[in-house]
Amino acid sequence: MTKFTIPRITFWRCITVLLAVLVAGIVVRRFTFGLGSISNLHDGMPWGLWIGFDLLCGVALAAGGFTITAIVFVFHLEKYKVLVRPTILTAFLGYLIVIGALLVDLGRPWNIWHPIVFWNPHSVMFEVGWCVMLYTTVLFMEFLPFVLERFGIHKPLRLWHRYLTPVLVLAGVLLSTMHQSSLGTLYVIAPQKLHPFWYSQALPILFFVSAIPLGLAMVSVESYLSLRAFGKRLHPEILRDVGKATAVMLMFYLTIRIEDIIVRGEFGNIFAFDAASWFFLAEFVIGGLVPMFLLFRRDIRENSLALMGTQTLVVLGMIFNRMNVTVTGFQLGTGASYIPSWMEFVLSIGMVCIGMILFSFAVRNLPVFEEGPLEDPRPTDPIAEMTR
Amino acid sequence: MSIYGLLFDQTECIGCGACEQACQAEHDQEPHEVTKLDDQSYNWVEDLGDDVFTRHFCMNCEDPTCVSVCPVAAFTKTELGPVVWDASKCMGCRYCMLACPFEIPKFEWYSRNPRIEKCDMCIHRVSERLPTACASICPTGATTFGLREDLLREAHRRLNDNPERYAGRVYGEHEAGGTSVLMLLSKDPAASGLPANVPHESLPHLTWSVLERLPQIIPVWGVFLGGMYWLTDRKNTVADIEGYQREHDDD
Ligand code: SF4
Ligand code: SF4
Repeated sequence: MTKFTIPRITFWRCITVLLAVLVAGIVVRRFTFGLGSISNLHDGMPWGLWIGFDLLCGVALAAGGFTITAIVFVFHLEKYKVLVRPTILTAFLGYLIVIGALLVDLGRPWNIWHPIVFWNPHSVMFEVGWCVMLYTTVLFMEFLPFVLERFGIHKPLRLWHRYLTPVLVLAGVLLSTMHQSSLGTLYVIAPQKLHPFWYSQALPILFFVSAIPLGLAMVSVESYLSLRAFGKRLHPEILRDVGKATAVMLMFYLTIRIEDIIVRGEFGNIFAFDAASWFFLAEFVIGGLVPMFLLFRRDIRENSLALMGTQTLVVLGMIFNRMNVTVTGFQLGTGASYIPSWMEFVLSIGMVCIGMILFSFAVRNLPVFEEGPLEDPRPTDPIAEMTR
Repeated sequence: MSIYGLLFDQTECIGCGACEQACQAEHDQEPHEVTKLDDQSYNWVEDLGDDVFTRHFCMNCEDPTCVSVCPVAAFTKTELGPVVWDASKCMGCRYCMLACPFEIPKFEWYSRNPRIEKCDMCIHRVSERLPTACASICPTGATTFGLREDLLREAHRRLNDNPERYAGRVYGEHEAGGTSVLMLLSKDPAASGLPANVPHESLPHLTWSVLERLPQIIPVWGVFLGGMYWLTDRKNTVADIEGYQREHDDD
């Protein structure tokens, strides 16, 4: 006889259900009455929160995937191997979120495959589209062994790792770096529309270089979140090293960024203390210089809570940068008004939650961490609560 | 260079709005009052006060940004001049709207199957060598249709003959690398409500100068990554062998 149990009603479960219902409702509304009915986007502001946050940030957060696979497989720094699988998983989920966001954001999502047949190599968006398609495929194939292993299919796996993995890793790093930079290139076409603090011919380089510290910071934050959610043991010495690397790469990025500002003759305007200058300073100082100096300090790196706080600041700083390019900088450049509607926010939060739920599901059922599928998570944790 | 073009002379426009109505009729739209460009209005005669008016519509650029940015090549610049859009290809990414320096393409925000809408320079008429609806109805000759070359010459003739009448130059001669639509303005572009900061070179080359390097960058980057992979791996192998030998030397 099967025993049916009614799930216990808890606060977090209610929130999850509420969110799921809201998201479903919004999606239905979008496909019935059009994008205008759920968003505050308009002709003067064709891209908003979804492109800025879900897409650009989703991809930027997946940056951990290419940084760590490059470090471990291309440069063979094997001691970071424990980080590979969780970051591949996040990168894969990150790209699924990107595709999810695209399906809502595109006006005619049923034509999403068109770049395969209608080519326009002059379009940056064409390159972006191909990168998304190919890299998602590569990530899926990097992710597949987790599943095969889980079901005990070992023989083909050995061949897979021997012949396919190196190709996948190289292709993955190549595609992902191209994708990171091409997202910056998207804006190179609109010099008169983006505020000069954010417009630059060097956007592809800036986006690529900044993705590295971002990826490293994201890996740390992820590890910390897994600790909170699953009582997963951290590797303090590894995270400390990652912190060091983040500091150096951040310094590298910030140097390029400020040089770019100087070369374009915008340096003086930073201290004009108008809206643009405050946004820039917040991004550059609070999201860049401050965490960089903190990460250079040994006492910060030794204290895992302080380290995580600082790395979170790095991530937030980069998200802020991407949002400034897509939303604030564009508004300051064109004078368009735009405040995302509550439905845009709900969808964005919904996407992130779906990502977390999938992550939590995967680590409990697949060999993502080195000790295999994780035991039941800590019961007090909201993320774990939502997904049990 | 495209064959046909339009010349709009601001000093001749009396703001009667006949071209708005003709445009709507020509494109099977409900007749309506126009207050801005949108998915139902390809043409807008803006009242600037003091009996001065501006027309807003697609400039039908010579090297159009929209054609260059569309990932699925939904936009095409026809030989004749008009820049047209193909509904069957578009996936609605709205990159064309973001990129167009004149902010022309508009989106059907309240449609289930949204289209990008903009002036198509009456392609169906122009391909039969007929003037556009707006040019054929204009009672004062403020908008004229013709060979772009002729129109440009005519514009410069008017500029030379009456320099005090105009704000100096032909809008559209150099904007975004030149456009099929040319405008003679009595106020400068900013005061006429037209985008004043459009670069005087074609924009597609900005992104193309990045994209055209990809065929060089990808192999170099690929070779670098592959090389690093091999190099560092080999080091490990060497280390393994040495370690193996040391173990055996101890025996
Ligand atoms: S004005 Fe804009 S929409 Fe018209 S052809 Fe030029 S780039 Fe394209
Ligand atoms: S919205 Fe349509 S026409 Fe415009 S760039 Fe995207 S695919 Fe091309």
